[in-house]
Amino acid sequence: MAFLEISGLRKRYHNLEVLKGIDLELEKGGFLVLVGPSGCGKSTLLNTIAGLEAFSEGEIRIDGEVVNQLRPSKRDIAMVFQSYALYPNMTVAQNIGFGMEMRGVPKPQREAAIQRVAGMLQISHLLGRRPSQLSGGQRQRVAMGRALVRDPRVFLFDEPLSNLDAKLRVDMRTEIKKLHAATGKTIVYVTHDQVEAMTLGTKIAVLKEGALQQVGTPAEVYNRPANLFVADFMGSPAMNLLPAQVTGSNGTAALTVARDGGAPIVLRIPPSVAAARLAPGQPVILGIRPEAITDPAGADRNSPWIDVQEAHVEIVEPAGSDTYVVTRAADKEVIARMRADAEVRPGSRIPFAFDLAKAVLFDPGSGQRLA
Amino acid sequence: MSSTTAISPAAIPRQRGARVQLADLLPRLVLAPSFAIVLVFVYGFILWTIYLSLTPSRMMPVYRLTGFDAYHRLWLLPNWYMALRNIAIFGCLYVVFCTGLGLLLAILLDQRIRAEGALRTIYLYPMAISFIVTGTAWKWFLNPGLGLEKTLHAWGWTSFHFDWLINTHMAIYTVVMAGVWQATGFCMAMFLAGLRGIDGEILRAAQIDGASAIATYRRIVIPMLRPVFLSAVIVLAHMAIKSYDLVIALTGGGPGNATELPSTFMYSYTFTRNEMSVGAASAVMMLMTIAAIIVPYLYSELRERAR
Amino acid sequence: MRADATAVGPGGGGALGRAFIYGLLLVFAVIFLMPLFVMLVTSFKTLDEVHNGNMLALPQHWTIAPWLDAWGRACVGLSCNGIAGYFGNSIEMVVPAVAVSTLLGAVNGYVLTKWRFPGHKLVFGLMLFGCFIPFQAVLIPMARVLGLLGIGNSILGLILTHIVYGLGFTTLFFRNYYEAFPTELVRAAQIDGAGFWQIFRRILLPASGPIIIVTVIFQFTNIWNDFLFGSSFTSGANVPMTVALNNLVNTSTGVRQYNVDMAAAIIAAGPTLLVYIVAGRYFVRGLMAGAVKG
Repeated sequence: MAFLEISGLRKRYHNLEVLKGIDLELEKGGFLVLVGPSGCGKSTLLNTIAGLEAFSEGEIRIDGEVVNQLRPSKRDIAMVFQSYALYPNMTVAQNIGFGMEMRGVPKPQREAAIQRVAGMLQISHLLGRRPSQLSGGQRQRVAMGRALVRDPRVFLFDEPLSNLDAKLRVDMRTEIKKLHAATGKTIVYVTHDQVEAMTLGTKIAVLKEGALQQVGTPAEVYNRPANLFVADFMGSPAMNLLPAQVTGSNGTAALTVARDGGAPIVLRIPPSVAAARLAPGQPVILGIRPEAITDPAGADRNSPWIDVQEAHVEIVEPAGSDTYVVTRAADKEVIARMRADAEVRPGSRIPFAFDLAKAVLFDPGSGQRLA
Repeated sequence: MSSTTAISPAAIPRQRGARVQLADLLPRLVLAPSFAIVLVFVYGFILWTIYLSLTPSRMMPVYRLTGFDAYHRLWLLPNWYMALRNIAIFGCLYVVFCTGLGLLLAILLDQRIRAEGALRTIYLYPMAISFIVTGTAWKWFLNPGLGLEKTLHAWGWTSFHFDWLINTHMAIYTVVMAGVWQATGFCMAMFLAGLRGIDGEILRAAQIDGASAIATYRRIVIPMLRPVFLSAVIVLAHMAIKSYDLVIALTGGGPGNATELPSTFMYSYTFTRNEMSVGAASAVMMLMTIAAIIVPYLYSELRERAR
Repeated sequence: MRADATAVGPGGGGALGRAFIYGLLLVFAVIFLMPLFVMLVTSFKTLDEVHNGNMLALPQHWTIAPWLDAWGRACVGLSCNGIAGYFGNSIEMVVPAVAVSTLLGAVNGYVLTKWRFPGHKLVFGLMLFGCFIPFQAVLIPMARVLGLLGIGNSILGLILTHIVYGLGFTTLFFRNYYEAFPTELVRAAQIDGAGFWQIFRRILLPASGPIIIVTVIFQFTNIWNDFLFGSSFTSGANVPMTVALNNLVNTSTGVRQYNVDMAAAIIAAGPTLLVYIVAGRYFVRGLMAGAVKG
């Protein structure tokens, strides 16, 4: 049985359904990331797990125990908030120890626990200070300390890194990952940043408008997105999504991507799709990530699935480690990622190597991935 | 006076000297009259009053300096001690009750009450009416014989006795009652605004930490309201010291001098008893007390803005 | 399955708790409304009923005679023509005082925030302190000066007084408001060639609606309700409404006409109460701005 189980969770707010039938499972020690654009319900979902918000239908179980009726303090969880939510008029030590005080833990034990956690997070020298005297990163650590000292069953994180500047964010992200590895705790983490989701999670749940779009490992979500939304949301730069048409059938089936004022791009059907299930003339959407379109010299020599086609270069963006080359097809911009020293000039016509092993197809009507 | 047409670049260097001066000068010229008025009518008059307190003025001002005689006289007058005793009682009770009740009402109203708007209006309306009206209303309300006492008698509580209004020992407390009734709404509004400014995430963290409602208010919310407390106390103390209208309407300073306050003292000694220098001296004392409270407060407020 | 609504925010749960909270709030509401209720009820009773009946009881025989008396026949001091004239005095006093002090405050606030000069903090600080002084400290000199100017016992004298001592507050309000107004707009207008007054008239004033309302309400309430200046600088037929009310209520000749007193008090409180009910939101903002750092 999974450690954290959410079944059939629905939340209605007045007449609006904010969470639409969520089913999630997380094994003990797992790191589940809830990711999605603003307003998708990820924070709401987290709050229902914490017990800070009520819900209309469904069940939440932690370690087999149904926690629906339990107050937040009784669910044995801890939470780290976006704005840290440190008590401004208490010292760092008091902040960390407040929960224990409320639970009636005797002072000597409290002190010991505070020292232990402070040492772990390297904030021992800050114990006597007030939150207003700390930097953003230090406050973040204190917030984590407050959660850690509780030794809960589940850790909940609500966009804890959003308020930090870019560099600090990367550092703290590593800290959190190290913490997870060291303590082996079960974590549910909310973020709108898909890079954080990919790097931190063992399991990712993508949400849109209160409904789960896909639940899977980072690799699954990245390489085999369940629908157009997930395909577009995950990965930066975003996946190229090109309207195409199936021509021929079965053994001779191919994908045609129309081009304004020129011959279309013709590609084989990607191996991720059973070609037999496709009908001739069927409209599809080809999803292929920029890193799967390169210059022929940079393409994977061993892969049998490389198709090379010539295209007209519109824009070249040297980005240091790579060069992004933009061409146009099916009335959309297609971004390709080429080697940094590839010689490309805007306005020239060069060969593009499409790695179809990494491509996927979607049905334009439903948005679902075709298998 | 100031130029409104676009100046061609060629013209600027030549005219810059005069234009710049004018542009610099105009704002200051505009502000000057107001500033001058304040300098004269506030600071100039204060100096004038201080000067008068050092003269032997009686009914008319006399401009011969005789030193601190008026102050000596002031500190020998039993009326002045009565005034001081009363302002201490009134001031402390006024501040304590207004902030206490105001905080209580604010906390209650913050619990997502349905009729919040209406209730707020009810608690605050006394601030809109004159102290004279307040005093008149409460004078009637507490009228021994026809007011509260009579009503409670009619309802069966015949042993109720309420003559505070004419009781020399208790009269000052009627002033406290009327004053608190008037100003509690104001404190409530300030605390409510403070409560609403508290980050919701902190309250959620407290929930997760298992703090009960009382513990949350006591350990987290109320300490966070410290700046509001400070502002409220300062404003209330200031209002208490300036209190004049309320006392005049409610008790007239009486019975006898039972509700004499420094403000009524100053007025009666200056205009009625024709002891202008003593009156001036009492005004200076009032000013010094208020300055001691307000100046540090203003200084810290203005300095903070600089950052 | 319906999940339990766990409490969000302190003190949420429990039907008993809610009932207690509402109950307490209601008790306070009654206490706050009681004096007003008593005033209203008394003002519609005959004097007999006032003497014999219960203060809280509704009138058995409703009568508006006390109101008519208060307006046109009551004795204020020596003259017995009601308070109508004094009501007029107050209006005569309030309108110009509010208008001028508000206008000056706006201009001052504009200069202090958009045309900073060295020492502007000091100037503002000095003006601000003027708001807080006990007026007893300037009473005597003001009385002398008004006498010297020949407006010793006149509405004009009161108008002048209120303008002078209202400047601090109005400047404070506008200064805080304009402080938050983006200075880039002023600079852009300058680049476009607008001058000092044009910027004020065309850029700042149109955006000043809320603060003008707040300031006007604040000044109106304070000036209308003032008693100290009114009783110190005027007498007889020139006194404003508040002074007249006090004289009326404290006239010791004859039988105390409580019902007339109450009617007069309500008339005196009427305008400010009306403003409060209509524009309460702005009233509160004014209170807070005048008290706390705006």
